[in-house]
Order: sequence, then C-alpha cells, then structure tokens
Amino acid sequence: MDISRYEDHGQFCSGHAACGGCVEALTMRVILNEIGPDAVGVVAPSCTAVILGGYPTSSARIPFIHGLIETAAAMGTGVKRGLAAQGKGDTTVVCFAGDGGTYDIGIQALSSAAERNEDILYVCFDNEGYMNTGGQKSSSTPHGAATGSTPLGKATVKKNLIEIMAAHRIPYIATASPSHLADLAAKVRKARAIRGMKVLIVVIPCLPGWGVADDSAVRVARLAVESGVFPLLEVEDGVTWRIASDKTRPIDAYLAGQKRYRHLSDGEREALQAEVDAGFARLKALEAINPG
Amino acid sequence: MNRMLNDDLQLLNGNHAVAWGVRLAGPDVAPVYPITPQTPILEKLIAFQAEGKFDCDLLTPESEHSAMAAAVAASATGARVFTATSSQGLMLMHELLHYASGARMPIVMFNVNRTPAAPWGFWPDQTDSLSQRDTGWVQLYSEHPQESLDTVVQAFRIAEGCELPVMVNHDAFYVSHAVEPVSVPEAEAVRDFLPRRERSLWLDTGLGRSIGAPAGQEAWHASRREMDAAMARVEGLTREAGRLWGEATGRVYDVLEAYRMEGAQLAFVTMGSMAGTAREAVDALREAGLAAGLVRLRLFRPLPAEALRAALADIPVALVLDRNFSPGMGGIVHQELAAALYGHDGPRLHGFLAGVGGINVPVERLVALAREYRDAAPTHAPIWLE
Repeated sequence: MDISRYEDHGQFCSGHAACGGCVEALTMRVILNEIGPDAVGVVAPSCTAVILGGYPTSSARIPFIHGLIETAAAMGTGVKRGLAAQGKGDTTVVCFAGDGGTYDIGIQALSSAAERNEDILYVCFDNEGYMNTGGQKSSSTPHGAATGSTPLGKATVKKNLIEIMAAHRIPYIATASPSHLADLAAKVRKARAIRGMKVLIVVIPCLPGWGVADDSAVRVARLAVESGVFPLLEVEDGVTWRIASDKTRPIDAYLAGQKRYRHLSDGEREALQAEVDAGFARLKALEAINPG
Repeated sequence: MNRMLNDDLQLLNGNHAVAWGVRLAGPDVAPVYPITPQTPILEKLIAFQAEGKFDCDLLTPESEHSAMAAAVAASATGARVFTATSSQGLMLMHELLHYASGARMPIVMFNVNRTPAAPWGFWPDQTDSLSQRDTGWVQLYSEHPQESLDTVVQAFRIAEGCELPVMVNHDAFYVSHAVEPVSVPEAEAVRDFLPRRERSLWLDTGLGRSIGAPAGQEAWHASRREMDAAMARVEGLTREAGRLWGEATGRVYDVLEAYRMEGAQLAFVTMGSMAGTAREAVDALREAGLAAGLVRLRLFRPLPAEALRAALADIPVALVLDRNFSPGMGGIVHQELAAALYGHDGPRLHGFLAGVGGINVPVERLVALAREYRDAAPTHAPIWLE
C-alpha cells in the first residue's frame, strides 16, 4: 500500500495520544477504517487504551468500552450478545488488547470466547511485553530479550499463541505487520465477513520497549517478517495453514536494530537463529499437512 | 380485576422462585457460571429456555469473572441483564463489581449467601456479600422464597430507576433449597410493573460515545458524587417498588420490616432467614410477658439509617444477630447499626455472632438471650453464640 495515497475514511482521528513514531496508531487507523462505522469496540488497559485517549475525547469514531485488562474477550462477548438481543446482530464487535491482556492475564477469557466461537474480531497488538507500564516481560516476550523484569534477557521462549488459538478450531487466525498494510487491510476485510471468532495478532515494535530509533518501527517490523521471526500467516478452522511470507534473510539485521538484544553473545545469537529456523520449518510443515 | 385471584400458587424452593422472578422480569442477556448452591437458578432458567418460555440469551462463560465482564458489556449496549452467583464466585467478581457501579450499569444479580473458603464450607453465611458492601451495589436481603421471587423483580425496577447495579441475597439452603408455596404473578402484571426505560448512556454506533475511558481527577470525583446522588434515591425507589408491587400482587415491601414492635421493650435486629427464628422467639417472649419485637433489615445498601433509628426509637435494648463475621471487628450489621445510631438516642446494643458457619440457632436460644441481656449494660465486643 502506498500510504501517501491511502484513502482514509476518518474512523481514526488526529490528535491521538500515541508516542511519536509509534506504528500502533498506524495499524489502528487501517483497522478502524476497514471495520467502518457500524461497529462497537472493546479495549483492555493497554497502549491502545492510551492512544484512544481519555474522557471526554476519543480518537475513534466508533464507541468503545474501556474494560478491565483480563476482560477483552468476555466484554466483546457481552457487547455482541447485548447488541444481538436488541436486533443489532450485524454490528461488528472488535476487541483490542495488548500481549499482556492476551497471552497472560486475558487468555482464560480469550480461550472461553474461542471455545464458544463468539462472533467477535479480537486484535492483539503484540509488542512483546508490558510496554505501557515501562517495559516488563510478558509471556509473549521472546527468548533472550531484555526487559525491565528480565534485564539479563528472558530465559524462556515466547508463548505460541497462534497454535493455542488454532487448537480451539476457530474460523480465522491471522498475523499482520505494520510493514505490510495492504495485507493487514485485506485480513481485516476478510475477518469482518466471517461469522464466529477471529483473532488477529499484529506485531508492534515498541520504540522505547525494544530500543529502536523513532523512525524505524516500520523497518524493524519488516525485518521481523522477512527474517521469519514474525511470519505473515493465516489459519482457517484451526487446520488450514497458509504461510504468506518467506524467510529471506538471517535475523542479524533484525536483532541489531534493537537495544533489547544488544547484550547477546555470538553464541546466543546463533541459538536464536536456530530457534527461528525451527519455528519457520514447523509452520511450513503445518502448511503442508492441509494446504488450503 | 384482582390479580391475586389469578395467581399461580406453586411449591418452589428459593432458587426456583428466583428463576421464576427472572423469567417474569425478562432480561435480554444472562451470563451465569454454576456454583453451589446457586446452580438451581441457572438450571431452572435453562429449563425455561428449553421449554421456549424464556426468551433470553443465556451464556455460560469459563468463570464468574467473565460472567460479570459479559454482564457489564451487555448492559453497556442498553440490554437488560441478569446474573447469579454465590460466595467464591461473587468474590472472584470483586473488581468488576466496582466497575459495574462506576459505569452505572443496572445489572441485577442474585447471590446465594455461602461461607467463604478456607476452610471449604457450603453453609449459610452473609460474609460473602457483606464484604462487597463498598463496591457501589445496592444490596437487598430476602427471608424466604416468595420474597426472593418478588424482590428479584423489584430489583430490576430499582436498578433501572437509579442506574446502579442491584444484588439480591438469600441464605444458602435455609432459603435457596427450602420448598414453600410461592405465588407466581401473572406475566402481564410484571410487564406493567417493569416498563422498559431509556438509559442515559449506552454504546451506540450512531453517537460514538465511549464508556469507562480514563478520566481526570475532576471527572473521576464527579462520577462518585453522581453515584452518591443515585444511591440517595435508592431508598425511595425501593419503597416505591415495594408499594407498587403490593398494589399488583397484594404483597407490600419496605426497606425494613418491623414485627410486633408496638410497645416493645426489646428488639432483635437481623437480616435474611434468621428473621424466621427471631420472629418465633418474639412470639414466645410476648407469650411469656416480655414485650419483644423484630426489625428485619431488607435494604442493606444504602443503609436506611433514618428508618432504623425511627424503628428503634424508644426501644431500651436491641440484640443484633449477625450470620456473618468480620474478623477483628465482629458482626457487620452490628457495626452498621452502631454507626447509624451514633450521636442519637437509641437502644443499648448487643452484637451476637449468631449462626456463623450455618450452625443452628434455636428459638429457645434467642428467648434465653433476650432474658439475659434485657437489662445488661451495652457491650461493644462481639458475643459468639455456640
């Protein structure tokens, strides 16, 4: 997508409260424009809630309920059921939560909503840590990454939310990146047309949390995709895997652009490369089992 | 037409009476998680739905926490919402109870009062709901199955009248599973009693206004002042609902019930099923020549302090029976009553931890208590009843 020619529908307003250079605002703009005006949002305490702004202003045209951190999926359920009970079942319900509100404290409610196949679009802005509280580790923080609570690097691997959600056999799971906005927009359009539970996980390089330059979040996100750290994929009904991005470069450039990996030794970097290679190979194997 | 003549008298336990009240009130959405001894409410509602008699979206999320989160969110769309729980479930909901009242969601919840763990117990005890007293929920306590049916319907009218959530409580097993003849009103009478009201704020795609967004200090402060003003209206709304319900069904309710208080020289004060025992003790004492009476508190939050003071004016001594326990302080109704009476002329107070853990408190025990304490100096420490 050539962003200079982007046709904006005005669903996300200027004056929002994101950090300068933050790409979460960019992805919110694309997602809210694709969802359109007939929608109600749920937001968990997160960077997204901050970006939406405080009372009495809002950077979104659609109404939001600012829920509790572990409740995004449960509140999405309630909004959908309440609207449907009043004859407004066609209104889209979209939930926004961070990785803390999704991988950690919100996973119980998310699993339950997935098991019930609630008709909601659940968007996780995955910046791989509690960045809104100053940058502590979550279960989404990758192996080796330094955070406020893992200053020597996280000793364990990132939780595999995609496979957890796939095991629920929900209709649609996708990953997206602010470096591939047309792909993001297409996935939101596709998700909107599907009845049932949709989960979209968007990688959000956090400028202070990851220690990247103010103008480089899109570049870092692109490197995450191209190095196979964060592949662009879709999973339908939990069984049909489509891996749309190739692994075209080693992870060196991706790691080098981030302060959170600065402490790694050569050996640790090689070990991370082996983990990424194995993870990508596993995805390709899943794709081969049941090609769409 | 006298609607009482068309009443349908059924043998119902307390929980099934609640389910009948909910069916008549007609909520749009009901997220409920099972827990002993609440579960018969959920199962009866599901049975009504399966019979095609209850047009409500019933859902069963993975926890009470998510049940209340879904209840809040459904209510935020303008839907009428019901849920039910007990003990651990209520306490798991705790943070959402604050959210529900702060966001001014008129949810009605039925709580079956049960002992909190540890140790595990399944016995009648009001500590679960009384420890939620500062969450901004209106709290009502019912004594018997008929009152539980009647009160759950009235609760919707109160909640929607002040846009605050309402919790109705009855005791585990003594009420929840006790079977009594219960008059089930006509659906039409309930529809007239409970008209749909437009909410002042709901999630509307046409308006785009949000709910619960971070507020500055002034706005947050104002939200509590507004809740306070809404709470101040609850006593009147409860009386109005009780009066109108009386016109429709013949059963009138107030914020408290005064039983044989005329000329009383001693009063028991309690809530819930303990009132049944206390009522018999009052009769026995009156029979034996001691003018005893009973004040049964029905509305606990907001506390009807003025009504309590008026009911106990000129009564020399009051014995408070608390089936709950606040460690380090004693009985919660005792504390509340002492606070309401402070600085006013009122009875000498004695607070009894009566039936904590569900243990039986026989009528004779209360009769003996009355004789023992009628002339005693007031006591401040809680007194345990064995």
